[in-house]
Amino acid sequence: MDKEKLNKDLFVPANRKEDTSEEIRRPSLSYWQDAWIRLRKNKGAIFGIIVLFMIAVLSFAGPHINKYGLDDQDLGLSKMPPRVQGLENIDWLRLNGTKSADLTAATVEEAQEKALARFTQTDFEYITFDVKNEGNGQEDSARVIAYFYIYDAKAVDEYFWFGTDTLGRDLFTRVWYGTQISMLIAFIAAIIDMVIGVAYGGISAYYGGRVDNVMQRIIEILVGIPNLVIVILMIMILDPGIISIIIALTITGWVGMARIVRGQVLKLKNQEFVLASRTLGSSNTRILAKHLIPNTLGMIIINTMFTIPSAIFFEAFLSFIGLGLQPPEASLGTLINDGFKSLQINPHIMIFPAIVMSLIMIGFNILADGLRDALDPKMRE
Amino acid sequence: MARYIIQRLGYMLMTLFLIASFSFFLMKLLPGSPLKMEEKLSDAQLEILYEKYGLNDPVPIQYLRYIGNLLQGDLGVSFQLSNQPVTDILLSRIPVSAHLGLQALIVGTIIGMLLGIVAAIRNNSWMDYSANIISVVGISIPSFIFAGLLQYYVGVKLGLLPIAFWGTFPQTIMPTIALAIFPLAISARFMRTELIEVMGSDYIVTARAKGVTKAAILFKHGLRNALIPLVTVLGPMAVSLMTGTLVIEQIFSIPGIGEQFVTSVMTDDFSIIMGTTLFFAFFFILVILIIDILYGIIDPRIRLAGGKE
Repeated sequence: MDKEKLNKDLFVPANRKEDTSEEIRRPSLSYWQDAWIRLRKNKGAIFGIIVLFMIAVLSFAGPHINKYGLDDQDLGLSKMPPRVQGLENIDWLRLNGTKSADLTAATVEEAQEKALARFTQTDFEYITFDVKNEGNGQEDSARVIAYFYIYDAKAVDEYFWFGTDTLGRDLFTRVWYGTQISMLIAFIAAIIDMVIGVAYGGISAYYGGRVDNVMQRIIEILVGIPNLVIVILMIMILDPGIISIIIALTITGWVGMARIVRGQVLKLKNQEFVLASRTLGSSNTRILAKHLIPNTLGMIIINTMFTIPSAIFFEAFLSFIGLGLQPPEASLGTLINDGFKSLQINPHIMIFPAIVMSLIMIGFNILADGLRDALDPKMRE
Repeated sequence: MARYIIQRLGYMLMTLFLIASFSFFLMKLLPGSPLKMEEKLSDAQLEILYEKYGLNDPVPIQYLRYIGNLLQGDLGVSFQLSNQPVTDILLSRIPVSAHLGLQALIVGTIIGMLLGIVAAIRNNSWMDYSANIISVVGISIPSFIFAGLLQYYVGVKLGLLPIAFWGTFPQTIMPTIALAIFPLAISARFMRTELIEVMGSDYIVTARAKGVTKAAILFKHGLRNALIPLVTVLGPMAVSLMTGTLVIEQIFSIPGIGEQFVTSVMTDDFSIIMGTTLFFAFFFILVILIIDILYGIIDPRIRLAGGKE
């Protein structure tokens, strides 16, 4: 037989290899790592983070970048239009420190006379005109746009980046200071809402039974109260100030959070890991704090992220109807409200705080949307 | 269903009672008085006025009288507007606000839904992206900033539309746009998400396999099912309309209920404040009730009875 000729040495023991077909080839990711990866892919959310980061840095650095203080009044320099070094030569940005007026009259000359009255000048030294329509002698047929070089007229060599307000205070300083205050109010209100809401919702759902019943009936009554009206009534009673705005915002603000947390805890509390923990002798407090709340953290964060912009909005809203902070305090809302009063002639006083506020709101909203997509387990593939 | 609605109506009444009491006691704590806003009155004159309006009685008596009058539909008289009954003032102002609110709601949801449909059927195109940007901007930027900018650029700079007051149709355009932005944005976003989800479901594939035309699929099968969850945004919309009327009526000098409320807050006219508060609360509760009932009708899987999740 041929077989017997085979040399035994040809036989080598096979290397023992472990079965690799079921090996986990990627590092296992925690919930938060996974969420971060998904958040990073979301361009909108990243844009939101960048915008908010820049605004946060500016709101702290802004009031100290230039030499003007929050409350440095100079009535001689009131309502100065914005002028920025370097950008003053780019015409369409209109950051060159000129005031403009669109004037119509029977003839060009009459329109130009109107410009003198508008800018309270006696001659045309600092005024240039852009004649849009020569006119034919009929009423309002001639149209000129007048540009008034107010910085030259007042021989001011300073640069007010966002201009000044009606009392001659530097708006750049005030806008960033106001941003700080608005954000402070929003953050504190959101945190208080979160603490009360999580505690209330968590207790209500976890203990269940009669406790839950009573607590839910209270919520059902509170839900019907329109937030806005209560906030306004509270502000009327309290002295206007940061603390009273925060109290007013939080007095019914926590209800939404409480409902969400309750729903989540109800879902979780009968799952096996909670049962296991209880069998091992954990106390109720420990189960709530170590198991139930951490597992609802995603929802809590999402909800808080939506609370912050709505708190900023409410604060601005209160200030807008005259129930906000009192001068010399400033928030974005009071600045917009001040600007609104002189919007027709000096639009810059409203436009800068309005832009900053809009950016904050957009930033928070798209970041919150991104976080919802990243943290909500239902979205997981 | 009937039992559920009755139960809910019970809560409604409790909430309203609570708000009525709460606003009454808050107004008693008010530091100012509407009577002191007028020309200087002597102490004796003030005393006579306080006596006339029963403001010298102990607070519990005043409270019981207020609740008693309330049950008879009497909201008291205004202090600023020469003894006019609050009920009359509210009734004269509610139609204006309702007109503005409904107009904004209709314009906003229709345009928003069209935008959402376009974004959904042209998913991931430039149209989708621009619709997305519009809805994010619309949800984020407060209506009073919109109103201010509209008033300045469209009204003052371009002179296209009247900048204030109420009555003629052109005067309603700008406030309607400012108020419609939020409903527009939120319904566009919602429509898009829902429609994309519905259009990917099996019954749409079946319909397509049967050879149903694209338009019929979209309108008969897609849209109908995507519309259902739109009910959820009614709540935020109602809130935004309420907030909106307060500021937008102020900005455009519209004689609606929001403007009246803000003016009364400024003059401490507490009987109007309490009346308006009750009205807002009533409106809000009604919207919540309608939403919950609609849910039950539209989606039978949501159990109404017992109110348990």
